[in-house]
Amino acid sequence: MNVLFTDDNFTLFRDGFLRTVELTALSGLLALVLGVLLAAFRVSPVPPLRIFGTVWVNVLRNTPLVLLFFAVVFGLPKIGVDLGYFTFAVLALGCYTASFVCETVRSGINTVPLGQAEAARSLGMTFAQTLRLVVLPQATRTVVSPTGSILIALTKNSAIAGAFNNAELYGVMKTWNELGYKIFAIFFWIALGYLVITFAISALFRFLENRLAVAR
Amino acid sequence: MSSSVLYDAPGPRARTRNRIIGAVAVIGIAALIWVVVSRLDAHGQFAADMWEPFQYKRTQERLLHGLQDTLTAFGFAAVLSLALGALLAAGRLSDHRPVRWFCAAFVEFFRAMPLVIMIFALYVGIFGDAPLWALVIGLTLYNGSVQAEIFRAGINAVPRGQSEAAYALGLRKTQVMSSVLVPQAFRSMLPAVLSQLVVTLKDTSLGYIITYEELLYVGKLIAGTTSTAEGYPYIPVVLVIAPVYIGLCLALSGLARWIEARGRRSSKGAPPAPAADTGIAPDSGAGTIVVAAAADQ
Repeated sequence: MNVLFTDDNFTLFRDGFLRTVELTALSGLLALVLGVLLAAFRVSPVPPLRIFGTVWVNVLRNTPLVLLFFAVVFGLPKIGVDLGYFTFAVLALGCYTASFVCETVRSGINTVPLGQAEAARSLGMTFAQTLRLVVLPQATRTVVSPTGSILIALTKNSAIAGAFNNAELYGVMKTWNELGYKIFAIFFWIALGYLVITFAISALFRFLENRLAVAR
Repeated sequence: MSSSVLYDAPGPRARTRNRIIGAVAVIGIAALIWVVVSRLDAHGQFAADMWEPFQYKRTQERLLHGLQDTLTAFGFAAVLSLALGALLAAGRLSDHRPVRWFCAAFVEFFRAMPLVIMIFALYVGIFGDAPLWALVIGLTLYNGSVQAEIFRAGINAVPRGQSEAAYALGLRKTQVMSSVLVPQAFRSMLPAVLSQLVVTLKDTSLGYIITYEELLYVGKLIAGTTSTAEGYPYIPVVLVIAPVYIGLCLALSGLARWIEARGRRSSKGAPPAPAADTGIAPDSGAGTIVVAAAADQ
Protein backbone atom coordinates (compact mmCIF):
# COMPACT_ATOMS: atom_id res chain seq x y z
CA MET A 1 0.00 0.00 0.00
CA ASN A 2 3.00 2.27 0.29
CA VAL A 3 3.48 2.49 -3.46
CA LEU A 4 1.91 5.92 -3.62
CA PHE A 5 4.13 7.48 -0.97
CA THR A 6 7.59 6.36 -2.03
CA ASP A 7 9.92 8.25 -4.37
CA ASP A 8 8.20 10.39 -7.00
CA ASN A 9 5.25 8.07 -7.28
CA PHE A 10 2.74 10.56 -6.00
CA THR A 11 3.66 13.07 -8.70
CA LEU A 12 3.45 10.32 -11.30
CA PHE A 13 0.04 9.25 -10.02
CA ARG A 14 -1.25 12.83 -9.87
CA ASP A 15 -0.11 13.53 -13.45
CA GLY A 16 -1.67 10.29 -14.66
CA PHE A 17 -4.90 11.06 -12.87
CA LEU A 18 -5.09 14.56 -14.36
CA ARG A 19 -4.26 13.13 -17.78
CA THR A 20 -7.18 10.69 -17.50
CA VAL A 21 -9.49 13.53 -16.45
CA GLU A 22 -8.28 15.67 -19.34
CA LEU A 23 -8.68 12.83 -21.82
CA THR A 24 -12.18 12.04 -20.56
CA ALA A 25 -13.27 15.68 -20.59
CA LEU A 26 -11.96 16.49 -24.07
CA SER A 27 -13.17 13.30 -25.75
CA GLY A 28 -16.47 13.58 -23.88
CA LEU A 29 -16.95 17.08 -25.26
CA LEU A 30 -16.09 15.91 -28.79
CA ALA A 31 -18.46 12.94 -28.40
CA LEU A 32 -21.36 15.12 -27.19
CA VAL A 33 -21.02 17.69 -29.99
CA LEU A 34 -20.49 15.09 -32.70
CA GLY A 35 -23.19 12.80 -31.27
CA VAL A 36 -25.89 15.49 -31.28
CA LEU A 37 -24.88 16.50 -34.81
CA LEU A 38 -25.08 12.87 -35.98
CA ALA A 39 -28.48 12.47 -34.31
CA ALA A 40 -29.70 15.57 -36.16
CA PHE A 41 -28.37 14.05 -39.39
CA ARG A 42 -30.20 10.81 -38.69
CA VAL A 43 -33.61 12.48 -38.28
CA SER A 44 -33.11 15.12 -41.00
CA PRO A 45 -35.15 15.30 -44.23
CA VAL A 46 -31.99 14.95 -46.37
CA PRO A 47 -31.36 11.29 -47.32
CA PRO A 48 -27.56 11.51 -47.86
CA LEU A 49 -27.09 12.94 -44.35
CA ARG A 50 -29.34 10.23 -42.90
CA ILE A 51 -27.30 7.54 -44.64
CA PHE A 52 -24.04 9.10 -43.46
CA GLY A 53 -25.28 9.13 -39.86
CA THR A 54 -26.53 5.55 -40.04
CA VAL A 55 -23.32 4.21 -41.55
CA TRP A 56 -21.15 6.08 -39.04
CA VAL A 57 -23.13 4.78 -36.07
CA ASN A 58 -23.37 1.19 -37.26
CA VAL A 59 -19.71 0.92 -38.22
CA LEU A 60 -18.24 2.56 -35.12
CA ARG A 61 -20.59 0.89 -32.67
CA ASN A 62 -19.50 -2.47 -34.01
CA THR A 63 -15.77 -1.75 -34.10
CA PRO A 64 -13.69 -2.81 -31.10
CA LEU A 65 -12.20 0.33 -29.56
CA VAL A 66 -8.75 -1.25 -29.47
CA LEU A 67 -8.93 -1.79 -33.23
CA LEU A 68 -9.95 1.84 -33.71
CA PHE A 69 -7.00 2.97 -31.58
CA PHE A 70 -4.74 0.65 -33.56
CA ALA A 71 -5.98 2.10 -36.87
CA VAL A 72 -5.64 5.71 -35.70
CA VAL A 73 -2.29 5.41 -33.90
CA PHE A 74 -0.51 3.20 -36.44
CA GLY A 75 -2.49 4.12 -39.56
CA LEU A 76 -2.72 7.91 -39.63
CA PRO A 77 1.03 8.62 -39.33
CA LYS A 78 1.54 6.36 -42.36
CA ILE A 79 -0.49 8.75 -44.50
CA GLY A 80 1.27 11.83 -43.19
CA VAL A 81 -1.15 12.79 -40.39
CA ASP A 82 0.80 12.95 -37.14
CA LEU A 83 -0.99 14.74 -34.34
CA GLY A 84 0.63 13.15 -31.31
CA TYR A 85 -0.64 10.32 -29.14
CA PHE A 86 -2.88 12.44 -26.96
CA THR A 87 -4.82 13.97 -29.86
CA PHE A 88 -5.09 10.54 -31.47
CA ALA A 89 -6.57 9.18 -28.25
CA VAL A 90 -9.09 12.05 -28.03
CA LEU A 91 -10.10 11.48 -31.67
CA ALA A 92 -10.53 7.72 -31.32
CA LEU A 93 -12.46 7.94 -28.04
CA GLY A 94 -14.55 10.90 -29.21
CA CYS A 95 -15.58 9.38 -32.55
CA TYR A 96 -16.34 6.01 -30.94
CA THR A 97 -18.42 7.47 -28.11
CA ALA A 98 -20.22 9.88 -30.47
CA SER A 99 -22.01 6.93 -32.05
CA PHE A 100 -23.44 5.93 -28.65
CA VAL A 101 -24.38 9.52 -27.84
CA CYS A 102 -26.13 9.75 -31.22
CA GLU A 103 -28.30 6.73 -30.52
CA THR A 104 -29.21 7.98 -27.05
CA VAL A 105 -30.17 11.42 -28.37
CA ARG A 106 -32.18 9.83 -31.15
CA SER A 107 -34.14 7.62 -28.77
CA GLY A 108 -34.56 10.69 -26.56
CA ILE A 109 -36.10 12.51 -29.51
CA ASN A 110 -38.45 9.57 -29.92
CA THR A 111 -39.74 9.97 -26.35
CA VAL A 112 -40.92 13.56 -26.90
CA PRO A 113 -44.71 13.39 -27.40
CA LEU A 114 -45.81 13.59 -31.03
CA GLY A 115 -48.02 16.61 -30.35
CA GLN A 116 -44.99 18.77 -29.50
CA ALA A 117 -43.38 18.44 -32.92
CA GLU A 118 -46.78 18.68 -34.61
CA ALA A 119 -47.60 21.88 -32.75
CA ALA A 120 -44.20 23.34 -33.67
CA ARG A 121 -44.82 22.49 -37.30
CA SER A 122 -48.30 23.97 -37.29
CA LEU A 123 -46.78 27.21 -35.97
CA GLY A 124 -44.71 27.21 -39.15
CA MET A 125 -41.35 26.27 -37.64
CA THR A 126 -38.72 24.74 -39.89
CA PHE A 127 -36.99 21.41 -39.18
CA ALA A 128 -34.02 23.17 -37.54
CA GLN A 129 -36.29 25.34 -35.39
CA THR A 130 -38.50 22.42 -34.38
CA LEU A 131 -35.48 20.42 -33.31
CA ARG A 132 -33.55 23.25 -31.62
CA LEU A 133 -36.38 25.11 -29.86
CA VAL A 134 -38.97 22.42 -29.14
CA VAL A 135 -37.82 18.81 -29.37
CA LEU A 136 -34.19 18.77 -28.18
CA PRO A 137 -34.79 20.84 -25.00
CA GLN A 138 -37.48 18.35 -23.99
CA ALA A 139 -35.44 15.35 -25.05
CA THR A 140 -32.61 16.57 -22.78
CA ARG A 141 -34.54 15.43 -19.72
CA THR A 142 -34.66 11.78 -20.78
CA VAL A 143 -31.21 11.86 -22.34
CA VAL A 144 -29.34 13.10 -19.25
CA SER A 145 -29.22 9.84 -17.33
CA PRO A 146 -28.07 7.56 -20.21
CA THR A 147 -25.53 10.21 -21.19
CA GLY A 148 -24.08 9.93 -17.69
CA SER A 149 -23.67 6.16 -18.19
CA ILE A 150 -22.02 6.80 -21.54
CA LEU A 151 -19.52 9.22 -20.01
CA ILE A 152 -18.75 6.72 -17.25
CA ALA A 153 -18.13 4.08 -19.91
CA LEU A 154 -15.95 6.62 -21.71
CA THR A 155 -13.85 7.09 -18.56
CA LYS A 156 -13.33 3.35 -18.35
CA ASN A 157 -12.58 3.10 -22.07
CA SER A 158 -10.00 5.87 -21.78
CA ALA A 159 -7.75 3.32 -20.08
CA ILE A 160 -7.13 1.84 -23.52
CA ALA A 161 -5.29 5.04 -24.43
CA GLY A 162 -2.67 3.99 -21.89
CA ALA A 163 -1.84 1.00 -24.05
CA PHE A 164 -1.12 3.40 -26.91
CA ASN A 165 1.58 5.59 -25.36
CA ASN A 166 -0.44 7.87 -23.12
CA ALA A 167 0.80 8.46 -19.58
CA GLU A 168 -2.64 8.34 -17.97
CA LEU A 169 -3.69 6.06 -15.11
CA TYR A 170 -3.20 2.79 -16.99
CA GLY A 171 0.17 4.13 -18.19
CA VAL A 172 1.08 4.74 -14.53
CA MET A 173 -0.01 1.17 -13.74
CA LYS A 174 2.35 -0.20 -16.38
CA THR A 175 5.23 1.97 -15.14
CA TRP A 176 4.74 0.86 -11.54
CA ASN A 177 4.53 -2.74 -12.65
CA GLU A 178 7.86 -2.39 -14.44
CA LEU A 179 9.34 -0.87 -11.29
CA GLY A 180 8.40 -4.12 -9.55
CA TYR A 181 5.76 -3.06 -7.04
CA LYS A 182 3.15 -5.56 -5.85
CA ILE A 183 0.33 -5.75 -8.42
CA PHE A 184 -2.33 -5.78 -5.72
CA ALA A 185 -1.21 -2.46 -4.28
CA ILE A 186 -0.94 -0.95 -7.77
CA PHE A 187 -4.43 -2.17 -8.67
CA PHE A 188 -5.80 -0.68 -5.46
CA TRP A 189 -4.58 2.84 -6.18
CA ILE A 190 -5.36 2.85 -9.90
CA ALA A 191 -8.85 1.46 -9.27
CA LEU A 192 -9.36 4.17 -6.66
CA GLY A 193 -8.35 6.80 -9.21
CA TYR A 194 -10.96 5.60 -11.70
CA LEU A 195 -13.63 5.22 -9.01
CA VAL A 196 -13.14 8.85 -7.97
CA ILE A 197 -13.73 10.03 -11.55
CA THR A 198 -16.73 7.79 -12.22
CA PHE A 199 -18.35 8.72 -8.89
CA ALA A 200 -17.83 12.40 -9.66
CA ILE A 201 -19.51 11.97 -13.06
CA SER A 202 -22.46 10.04 -11.66
CA ALA A 203 -22.92 12.64 -8.87
CA LEU A 204 -22.83 15.44 -11.45
CA PHE A 205 -25.43 13.74 -13.62
CA ARG A 206 -27.66 12.92 -10.68
CA PHE A 207 -27.53 16.62 -9.80
CA LEU A 208 -28.37 17.59 -13.39
CA GLU A 209 -31.22 15.11 -13.47
CA ASN A 210 -32.72 16.54 -10.28
CA ARG A 211 -32.33 20.10 -11.52
CA LEU A 212 -34.06 19.36 -14.80
CA ALA A 213 -36.81 17.38 -13.11
CA VAL A 214 -37.63 20.31 -10.83
CA ALA A 215 -37.54 22.81 -13.67
CA ARG A 216 -40.57 21.26 -15.28
CA MET B 1 -42.36 8.47 -33.56
CA SER B 2 -41.17 8.32 -37.12
CA SER B 3 -38.74 10.99 -38.13
CA SER B 4 -41.22 12.55 -40.56
CA VAL B 5 -43.14 14.10 -37.65
CA LEU B 6 -40.31 16.57 -37.27
CA TYR B 7 -40.91 18.24 -40.63
CA ASP B 8 -43.76 18.80 -43.05
CA ALA B 9 -44.08 16.87 -46.26
CA PRO B 10 -41.73 18.98 -48.38
CA GLY B 11 -43.28 21.26 -50.97
CA PRO B 12 -41.56 22.26 -54.22
CA ARG B 13 -39.23 24.81 -52.62
CA ALA B 14 -38.32 22.59 -49.68
CA ARG B 15 -37.69 19.70 -52.06
CA THR B 16 -35.30 21.81 -54.09
CA ARG B 17 -33.56 22.98 -50.94
CA ASN B 18 -33.27 19.43 -49.60
CA ARG B 19 -31.88 18.30 -52.93
CA ILE B 20 -29.27 21.07 -52.84
CA ILE B 21 -28.25 20.23 -49.26
CA GLY B 22 -28.20 16.56 -50.23
CA ALA B 23 -26.00 17.25 -53.25
CA VAL B 24 -23.61 19.36 -51.17
CA ALA B 25 -23.46 16.59 -48.56
CA VAL B 26 -22.78 13.93 -51.19
CA ILE B 27 -20.04 16.05 -52.73
CA GLY B 28 -18.55 16.73 -49.30
CA ILE B 29 -18.54 13.06 -48.30
CA ALA B 30 -17.20 12.02 -51.70
CA ALA B 31 -14.44 14.63 -51.42
CA LEU B 32 -13.54 13.32 -47.97
CA ILE B 33 -13.35 9.75 -49.25
CA TRP B 34 -11.31 10.90 -52.24
CA VAL B 35 -8.84 12.76 -49.99
CA VAL B 36 -8.39 9.68 -47.81
CA VAL B 37 -7.98 7.30 -50.76
CA SER B 38 -5.59 9.61 -52.60
CA ARG B 39 -3.49 10.10 -49.46
CA LEU B 40 -3.39 6.33 -48.98
CA ASP B 41 -2.32 6.00 -52.59
CA ALA B 42 0.23 8.83 -52.40
CA HIS B 43 1.88 7.12 -49.42
CA GLY B 44 2.08 3.84 -51.29
CA GLN B 45 -0.53 1.99 -49.23
CA PHE B 46 -1.95 0.33 -52.34
CA ALA B 47 1.46 -0.79 -53.64
CA ALA B 48 1.52 -4.46 -54.57
CA ASP B 49 4.24 -5.44 -52.09
CA MET B 50 2.20 -3.98 -49.22
CA TRP B 51 -0.53 -6.49 -49.95
CA GLU B 52 1.71 -9.35 -50.98
CA PRO B 53 1.89 -11.00 -47.52
CA PHE B 54 -1.83 -11.73 -47.67
CA GLN B 55 -1.26 -13.99 -50.65
CA TYR B 56 0.90 -16.36 -48.64
CA LYS B 57 -0.82 -19.36 -47.20
CA ARG B 58 1.23 -18.93 -44.01
CA THR B 59 -0.19 -15.44 -43.40
CA GLN B 60 -3.72 -16.54 -44.15
CA GLU B 61 -3.35 -19.41 -41.69
CA ARG B 62 -2.01 -17.06 -39.03
CA LEU B 63 -5.01 -14.76 -39.50
CA LEU B 64 -7.37 -17.73 -39.28
CA HIS B 65 -5.66 -18.91 -36.09
CA GLY B 66 -6.03 -15.40 -34.72
CA LEU B 67 -9.72 -15.45 -35.53
CA GLN B 68 -10.01 -18.87 -33.93
CA ASP B 69 -8.33 -17.61 -30.74
CA THR B 70 -10.63 -14.58 -30.69
CA LEU B 71 -13.65 -16.86 -30.97
CA THR B 72 -12.26 -19.23 -28.33
CA ALA B 73 -11.91 -16.38 -25.86
CA PHE B 74 -15.37 -15.13 -26.82
CA GLY B 75 -16.92 -18.59 -26.39
CA PHE B 76 -15.46 -19.13 -22.91
CA ALA B 77 -16.24 -15.58 -21.82
CA ALA B 78 -19.81 -15.73 -23.15
CA VAL B 79 -20.66 -19.02 -21.42
CA LEU B 80 -18.93 -18.14 -18.15
CA SER B 81 -20.34 -14.61 -18.02
CA LEU B 82 -23.88 -15.88 -18.59
CA ALA B 83 -23.39 -18.44 -15.81
CA LEU B 84 -21.91 -15.84 -13.45
CA GLY B 85 -24.66 -13.41 -14.40
CA ALA B 86 -27.36 -15.96 -13.56
CA LEU B 87 -25.66 -16.73 -10.25
CA LEU B 88 -25.28 -13.07 -9.28
CA ALA B 89 -28.83 -12.21 -10.37
CA ALA B 90 -30.15 -15.07 -8.23
CA GLY B 91 -28.03 -13.75 -5.38
CA ARG B 92 -29.34 -10.21 -5.75
CA LEU B 93 -32.93 -11.47 -5.75
CA SER B 94 -32.28 -13.69 -2.74
CA ASP B 95 -34.28 -13.43 0.50
CA HIS B 96 -31.10 -13.55 2.58
CA ARG B 97 -29.74 -10.10 3.22
CA PRO B 98 -25.99 -10.99 3.43
CA VAL B 99 -26.17 -12.81 0.08
CA ARG B 100 -27.96 -9.86 -1.48
CA TRP B 101 -25.41 -7.38 -0.15
CA PHE B 102 -22.44 -9.46 -1.18
CA CYS B 103 -23.77 -9.87 -4.74
CA ALA B 104 -24.67 -6.18 -5.01
CA ALA B 105 -21.18 -5.13 -3.89
CA PHE B 106 -19.59 -7.63 -6.29
CA VAL B 107 -21.66 -6.41 -9.24
CA GLU B 108 -21.14 -2.72 -8.49
CA PHE B 109 -17.39 -3.11 -8.05
CA PHE B 110 -16.71 -5.07 -11.21
CA ARG B 111 -19.04 -2.93 -13.30
CA ALA B 112 -17.18 0.18 -12.24
CA MET B 113 -13.69 -1.11 -13.03
CA PRO B 114 -12.08 -0.43 -16.40
CA LEU B 115 -11.67 -3.81 -18.08
CA VAL B 116 -8.11 -3.05 -19.19
CA ILE B 117 -6.98 -2.48 -15.62
CA MET B 118 -8.59 -5.72 -14.47
CA ILE B 119 -7.23 -7.84 -17.30
CA PHE B 120 -3.76 -6.39 -16.87
CA ALA B 121 -3.82 -7.01 -13.11
CA LEU B 122 -5.01 -10.61 -13.65
CA TYR B 123 -2.32 -11.12 -16.29
CA VAL B 124 0.53 -9.76 -14.17
CA GLY B 125 -0.66 -11.08 -10.84
CA ILE B 126 -2.09 -14.53 -11.56
CA PHE B 127 -2.11 -15.76 -15.15
CA GLY B 128 1.38 -14.69 -16.23
CA ASP B 129 1.85 -17.53 -18.70
CA ALA B 130 -1.79 -18.00 -19.74
CA PRO B 131 -3.04 -14.70 -21.20
CA LEU B 132 -6.16 -16.50 -22.49
CA TRP B 133 -7.36 -17.06 -18.91
CA ALA B 134 -6.52 -13.54 -17.81
CA LEU B 135 -8.65 -12.29 -20.70
CA VAL B 136 -11.50 -14.76 -20.14
CA ILE B 137 -11.67 -14.23 -16.37
CA GLY B 138 -11.51 -10.45 -16.79
CA LEU B 139 -14.27 -10.50 -19.42
CA THR B 140 -16.34 -12.87 -17.28
CA LEU B 141 -16.13 -10.73 -14.14
CA TYR B 142 -17.12 -7.57 -15.99
CA ASN B 143 -19.71 -8.93 -18.41
CA GLY B 144 -21.10 -11.33 -15.81
CA SER B 145 -21.84 -8.34 -13.57
CA VAL B 146 -23.54 -6.50 -16.41
CA GLN B 147 -25.53 -9.60 -17.42
CA ALA B 148 -26.63 -10.00 -13.78
CA GLU B 149 -28.17 -6.54 -13.90
CA ILE B 150 -29.91 -7.36 -17.18
CA PHE B 151 -31.30 -10.60 -15.73
CA ARG B 152 -32.43 -8.86 -12.56
CA ALA B 153 -34.15 -6.09 -14.52
CA GLY B 154 -35.83 -8.72 -16.71
CA ILE B 155 -37.14 -10.70 -13.72
CA ASN B 156 -38.33 -7.52 -11.98
CA ALA B 157 -40.15 -6.45 -15.15
CA VAL B 158 -42.48 -9.46 -15.02
CA PRO B 159 -45.82 -8.20 -13.63
CA ARG B 160 -46.12 -8.73 -9.86
CA GLY B 161 -49.37 -10.63 -10.23
CA GLN B 162 -47.50 -13.47 -11.90
CA SER B 163 -45.37 -14.34 -8.87
CA GLU B 164 -48.24 -13.63 -6.47
CA ALA B 165 -50.47 -16.03 -8.38
CA ALA B 166 -47.71 -18.64 -8.39
CA TYR B 167 -47.18 -18.33 -4.62
CA ALA B 168 -50.96 -18.51 -4.14
CA LEU B 169 -50.95 -21.82 -6.00
CA GLY B 170 -48.49 -23.10 -3.41
CA LEU B 171 -45.34 -23.15 -5.51
CA ARG B 172 -42.03 -22.80 -3.70
CA LYS B 173 -39.55 -19.93 -4.28
CA THR B 174 -37.41 -21.96 -6.66
CA GLN B 175 -40.45 -23.17 -8.56
CA VAL B 176 -41.85 -19.67 -8.89
CA MET B 177 -38.53 -18.50 -10.25
CA SER B 178 -37.82 -21.37 -12.60
CA SER B 179 -41.27 -22.16 -13.94
CA VAL B 180 -43.03 -18.78 -13.88
CA LEU B 181 -40.68 -15.80 -13.80
CA VAL B 182 -37.65 -16.89 -15.82
CA PRO B 183 -39.57 -18.22 -18.84
CA GLN B 184 -41.49 -14.95 -19.11
CA ALA B 185 -38.49 -12.72 -18.50
CA PHE B 186 -36.36 -14.67 -20.95
CA ARG B 187 -37.90 -13.20 -24.08
CA SER B 188 -37.88 -9.61 -22.90
CA MET B 189 -34.24 -9.69 -21.86
CA LEU B 190 -32.86 -11.65 -24.80
CA PRO B 191 -32.09 -8.58 -26.98
CA ALA B 192 -30.21 -6.85 -24.15
CA VAL B 193 -28.31 -10.06 -23.37
CA LEU B 194 -27.28 -10.40 -27.02
CA SER B 195 -26.23 -6.74 -27.15
CA GLN B 196 -24.01 -7.35 -24.15
CA LEU B 197 -22.55 -10.40 -25.93
CA VAL B 198 -21.61 -8.07 -28.80
CA VAL B 199 -19.76 -5.97 -26.23
CA THR B 200 -18.03 -9.13 -24.98
CA LEU B 201 -16.98 -10.00 -28.52
CA LYS B 202 -15.62 -6.51 -29.08
CA ASP B 203 -13.74 -6.58 -25.80
CA THR B 204 -11.88 -9.79 -26.67
CA SER B 205 -9.64 -7.45 -28.67
CA LEU B 206 -8.27 -6.28 -25.30
CA GLY B 207 -6.23 -9.47 -25.49
CA TYR B 208 -4.00 -7.38 -27.74
CA ILE B 209 -2.82 -5.48 -24.67
CA ILE B 210 -1.70 -8.59 -22.77
CA THR B 211 -0.14 -10.22 -25.86
CA TYR B 212 -2.84 -12.86 -26.23
CA GLU B 213 -2.60 -13.98 -29.86
CA GLU B 214 -6.08 -12.98 -31.00
CA LEU B 215 -6.88 -11.49 -34.39
CA LEU B 216 -5.68 -7.95 -33.73
CA TYR B 217 -2.42 -9.04 -32.12
CA VAL B 218 -1.73 -11.43 -34.99
CA GLY B 219 -2.39 -8.52 -37.34
CA LYS B 220 0.13 -6.41 -35.47
CA LEU B 221 2.72 -9.20 -35.65
CA ILE B 222 2.16 -9.57 -39.39
CA ALA B 223 2.41 -5.83 -39.97
CA GLY B 224 5.44 -5.43 -37.74
CA THR B 225 7.45 -8.24 -39.33
CA THR B 226 6.79 -7.39 -42.98
CA SER B 227 9.15 -4.72 -44.21
CA THR B 228 8.43 -3.27 -47.64
CA ALA B 229 9.79 -0.35 -49.64
CA GLU B 230 6.81 1.72 -48.50
CA GLY B 231 7.15 0.81 -44.82
CA TYR B 232 5.26 -1.61 -42.61
CA PRO B 233 1.79 -2.61 -43.90
CA TYR B 234 -0.27 -1.44 -40.87
CA ILE B 235 -3.03 0.07 -42.99
CA PRO B 236 -3.56 -3.02 -45.19
CA VAL B 237 -3.74 -5.13 -42.02
CA VAL B 238 -6.40 -2.83 -40.58
CA LEU B 239 -8.30 -2.95 -43.88
CA VAL B 240 -8.25 -6.76 -43.72
CA ILE B 241 -9.09 -7.19 -40.02
CA ALA B 242 -11.67 -4.46 -39.45
CA PRO B 243 -14.33 -5.97 -41.77
CA VAL B 244 -14.00 -9.31 -39.94
CA TYR B 245 -14.68 -7.74 -36.53
CA ILE B 246 -17.41 -5.43 -37.83
CA GLY B 247 -19.05 -8.28 -39.74
CA LEU B 248 -19.10 -10.57 -36.69
CA CYS B 249 -20.53 -7.85 -34.44
CA LEU B 250 -23.10 -6.75 -37.03
CA ALA B 251 -24.25 -10.35 -37.43
CA LEU B 252 -24.70 -10.73 -33.67
CA SER B 253 -26.50 -7.40 -33.26
CA GLY B 254 -28.61 -8.18 -36.33
CA LEU B 255 -29.68 -11.38 -34.57
CA ALA B 256 -30.60 -9.34 -31.49
CA ARG B 257 -32.70 -6.96 -33.56
CA TRP B 258 -34.40 -9.79 -35.39
CA ILE B 259 -35.30 -11.57 -32.16
CA GLU B 260 -36.58 -8.33 -30.68
CA ALA B 261 -38.82 -7.59 -33.67
CA ARG B 262 -40.08 -11.16 -33.59
CA GLY B 263 -40.72 -11.11 -29.84
CA ARG B 264 -42.66 -7.88 -30.03
CA ARG B 265 -44.84 -9.20 -32.78
CA SER B 266 -45.83 -12.46 -31.12
CA SER B 267 -46.07 -11.21 -27.53
CA LYS B 268 -49.04 -9.05 -28.40
CA GLY B 269 -50.73 -11.92 -30.15
CA ALA B 270 -51.39 -9.56 -33.04
CA PRO B 271 -51.12 -10.58 -36.68
CA PRO B 272 -47.91 -9.53 -38.46
CA ALA B 273 -47.79 -5.77 -38.90
CA PRO B 274 -48.69 -4.45 -42.36
CA ALA B 275 -45.76 -3.82 -44.66
CA ALA B 276 -46.00 -0.05 -44.34
CA ASP B 277 -45.57 -0.26 -40.57
CA THR B 278 -42.55 -2.51 -40.44
CA GLY B 279 -40.24 0.13 -41.84
CA ILE B 280 -40.65 2.14 -38.66
CA ALA B 281 -41.14 -0.46 -35.97
CA PRO B 282 -37.75 -2.26 -35.96
CA ASP B 283 -36.02 1.11 -36.09
CA SER B 284 -37.64 2.57 -33.01
CA GLY B 285 -37.13 -0.78 -31.30
CA ALA B 286 -33.43 -0.62 -32.07
CA GLY B 287 -33.38 2.61 -30.12
CA THR B 288 -34.47 0.86 -26.95
CA ILE B 289 -31.85 -1.87 -27.21
CA VAL B 290 -29.34 0.85 -27.69
CA VAL B 291 -30.27 2.55 -24.46
CA ALA B 292 -29.70 -0.71 -22.64
CA ALA B 293 -26.46 -1.35 -24.47
CA ALA B 294 -25.16 2.19 -24.35
CA ALA B 295 -24.84 2.05 -20.61
CA ASP B 296 -22.18 -0.61 -20.88
CA GLN B 297 -20.45 -0.08 -24.17
